[in-house]
Amino acid sequence: MNRYPTWLNFLVLIILLGGFVLALPNIYGTVPAVQLASVDGSDYDDTRVAEVVGLLQREKLVPEDSYVEDGRVVLRFHKVDEQLAAGDFLRERYDRQASTALTLTPKLPAWIRAVGLNPMSLGLDLRGGVYFLLEVDMETAMASRLALYQQDIGNFLRDARIRHRVDLDGRTITVRLTSAEDRDRARSLIEADDNELLISNGPDGQSLAVRMSDTQVSARENFAIEQNITTLRNRVNQLGVSEPLVQRQGADRIVVQLPGVQDPNRLDDILTATATLEFRLVDTSGDSPGSRRYPGRGSESAQILQRDVVASGDQIIDAESGFSEGQPAVFITLDGAGGESMLKATRANVNKPMSTVFIETRRETVARGGEQGFRTIKTEEIINTATIRGIFKNRFQITGLTPMEARDLALLLRAGALAAPVYKVEERTIGPSLGQDNIDRGFMAVKVGFLLVVFFMAIYYRWFGLIANAALFANLIFITALLSLLQASLTLPGIAGIVLTVGMAIDANVLIFERIREELASGKAPQASIDAGYDKAFSSIADANITTLIAALVLFAFGTGPVKGFAITLSLGVITSMFTSIVGTRTIVNLIFGGRRIASVPV
Amino acid sequence: MKLLPDNTTIDFLSATPRRIAMTIAAVMVVASLASLAVRGMVFGIDFTGGVLLEVGYPEDADLEQIRRLMTDSGFEDVQVQRFGAATDVLLRLPPQADLDPNAVRESLSATLAADDPEVVLRRVEFVGPQVGEDLREQGGTAVIFALCLIFVYVMFRFQWKFSAGAVAALLHDIIVTVGFFSIFRLQFDLTVLAGILAVIGYSLNDTVVVFDRIRENFIGMRGATTLDAMNRSINDTLSRTIVTGITTLLVLGALYFLGGESVRSFSIALIVGIIVGTYSSIYVASALSLTLGISARDLLPPDKDSKLVDDLP
Repeated sequence: MNRYPTWLNFLVLIILLGGFVLALPNIYGTVPAVQLASVDGSDYDDTRVAEVVGLLQREKLVPEDSYVEDGRVVLRFHKVDEQLAAGDFLRERYDRQASTALTLTPKLPAWIRAVGLNPMSLGLDLRGGVYFLLEVDMETAMASRLALYQQDIGNFLRDARIRHRVDLDGRTITVRLTSAEDRDRARSLIEADDNELLISNGPDGQSLAVRMSDTQVSARENFAIEQNITTLRNRVNQLGVSEPLVQRQGADRIVVQLPGVQDPNRLDDILTATATLEFRLVDTSGDSPGSRRYPGRGSESAQILQRDVVASGDQIIDAESGFSEGQPAVFITLDGAGGESMLKATRANVNKPMSTVFIETRRETVARGGEQGFRTIKTEEIINTATIRGIFKNRFQITGLTPMEARDLALLLRAGALAAPVYKVEERTIGPSLGQDNIDRGFMAVKVGFLLVVFFMAIYYRWFGLIANAALFANLIFITALLSLLQASLTLPGIAGIVLTVGMAIDANVLIFERIREELASGKAPQASIDAGYDKAFSSIADANITTLIAALVLFAFGTGPVKGFAITLSLGVITSMFTSIVGTRTIVNLIFGGRRIASVPV
Repeated sequence: MKLLPDNTTIDFLSATPRRIAMTIAAVMVVASLASLAVRGMVFGIDFTGGVLLEVGYPEDADLEQIRRLMTDSGFEDVQVQRFGAATDVLLRLPPQADLDPNAVRESLSATLAADDPEVVLRRVEFVGPQVGEDLREQGGTAVIFALCLIFVYVMFRFQWKFSAGAVAALLHDIIVTVGFFSIFRLQFDLTVLAGILAVIGYSLNDTVVVFDRIRENFIGMRGATTLDAMNRSINDTLSRTIVTGITTLLVLGALYFLGGESVRSFSIALIVGIIVGTYSSIYVASALSLTLGISARDLLPPDKDSKLVDDLP
């Protein structure tokens, strides 16, 4: 009685060891480091590491360690001054190619890195940094799309020589014609162009009411947000922040988290930047009047482009990557005016190359004589040059790319401009000293809380109390291991959640031990009492933990930021405590007391 | 070591103690609701919107002087208060309709820095009024949603009369805890709401353990009255309830004293909630179920009964 089969004991041991290993990365401290990330998103490899280290060696700045992680070059240094000096040097040397970030990196030995284990990820309130919540102005996104539809419809009708009047009111486009016949022709024209639009006949028999269908509306909203997120991510990458976060929240909000950044103004400058695209024909003769040389971005070669713009980015309504006749391609949709222009250009220039130029204007804060001012910087780069293979209007495709390039180009085209304005609705800046304070206090609370409970349990339940304490310690290890594995952010309320788990996890053991005491008092034999105690307490423990889990999950679904951290640690704590309190303690109890005669149970 | 003798026989649930307990519970609920209606709640900027600055001075801060500094610089309704240590100050500005939050933040910090260059800006927060309002709504919805889920779960595991008792006890806990914050004018922010949800989970823990024992005793104590069986159950689980309460309060004490100012409201919410929750699991939940007429038959699965009947000749 009270014996677990050997395989079960082994399993528990393995799980425990697994927990230890996953939690291990957390005991190493952090060292100052410099991170290099390629601006265009490609991954760096070992040759690049060697190159960088070589450069640094010539400057007498030798990193203590260097490696590639997540496509970034990481260089560890002993001291902060070395880190700063190296950071400055590299920033200048790799100016437009890579972003340089100063960071504190965990001092993990190579074997842990090789296996891919990481310590826990700290939330902003423990690390310091800036948190922005941006709201996308959906109304404007819709309005601009509807305005384009209005323009297009006008173009069709004009081309078909139908007299018309197109008005936009709220979300409905009203098309007024002069006869029922014209109305039907107009209707079929509109339907031929975009058959998802909802068209209904007007009350007077001569007009149409055109609205976007629900799928189109939500597609447009999604497009606006996704495009904004891509643009913001690209911009945030330029900042050289390690581990930035740009994420959608709900229907129309975007979260931007930048650990380590202390200047929210700088972040604002990024948001006010507007970026756009232009399509220009390449000047194959090399000396047309007004043509100019444009640099290429990344691996793109520079070109001399003509003066006239064929189409510009604010005329791109949509861009999607896919395949055309087996070739990877990017499908671009221009608006009416853009389409016209593109038609003329392609008609006259088949088999000649055309370039896509990326233009960005950024606002930078500069200190001018002690005062803060702004300076506008404009960058123009060619991101793609392709040969015109046929005549096209407003829907065309660009081929000659690999599938990855096509996908990236579509993204870049979409990321060219913010689809809709964003407004800042929440901002939190936490200084690094406060972050460190919070960490110190939080962990002190965990330690003291843990010791108090351990002390109490040892006195109150004697030997069994010690066993419960061992399980409690294992519980903490498991929570740490899971947090490290899932890379969920640990926040200060999250630490509070761990503290609470310490107090509540012990409840399962209290239930079991009280039950064992009861069974003993009612006259049962020692071994039978232990068995009955575990058995009868189980359903209470299960019910109680499930209800706590329900509350934690509701909180997780509803909470944001730091509060989410609390929900996570509470949920994880409940789950791991069920394992350690029941299976864990039983294993130990069985090993010590099981399978033999015992006179009394020291509980 | 034992804190309680074995086999206590305290009468929790017969008419007199039940009436006293329910009266006390009712008084606390009414007092809380009254305070909420009259004094209202002190909401953090998570719920109201506005700008918040946490600053640290090298030596003890002079609140009056800071207030004067603010009004002189044109910020009329800045709330200035201490935040933990005497050197730490919290400044709070309610939402300003047309002001650019960046500008507000910059000028507030500039004003403070101009006055004392060694001031350290620890934390700056800005919450738009819309976000605050959204959160108020969502907060209420989340709590109600959690309660509904719990009602359904307990109904599944036990029976609707138990469910009603459990949810009533939870409502009592929530109202009294929120009332505590209202009466003592403590700040209610997002972490406090998280604490209340945690209290729901914990209080339910207690209640379910008692219910589980009641079910076991209904089966084991055939022939005993419902009242006796329930009383017995509460007595049986009393030891466990007290011990768990102690361990949880020990850790929360550690959190309150050592966790720093930012988790202080959170710890208070939990401490109050757990004390009230323990009390409500013992008195309110079971008492209410009893008043609703719970009995052993309610807990037996219906099939068993009808099978018995069918077997009769």
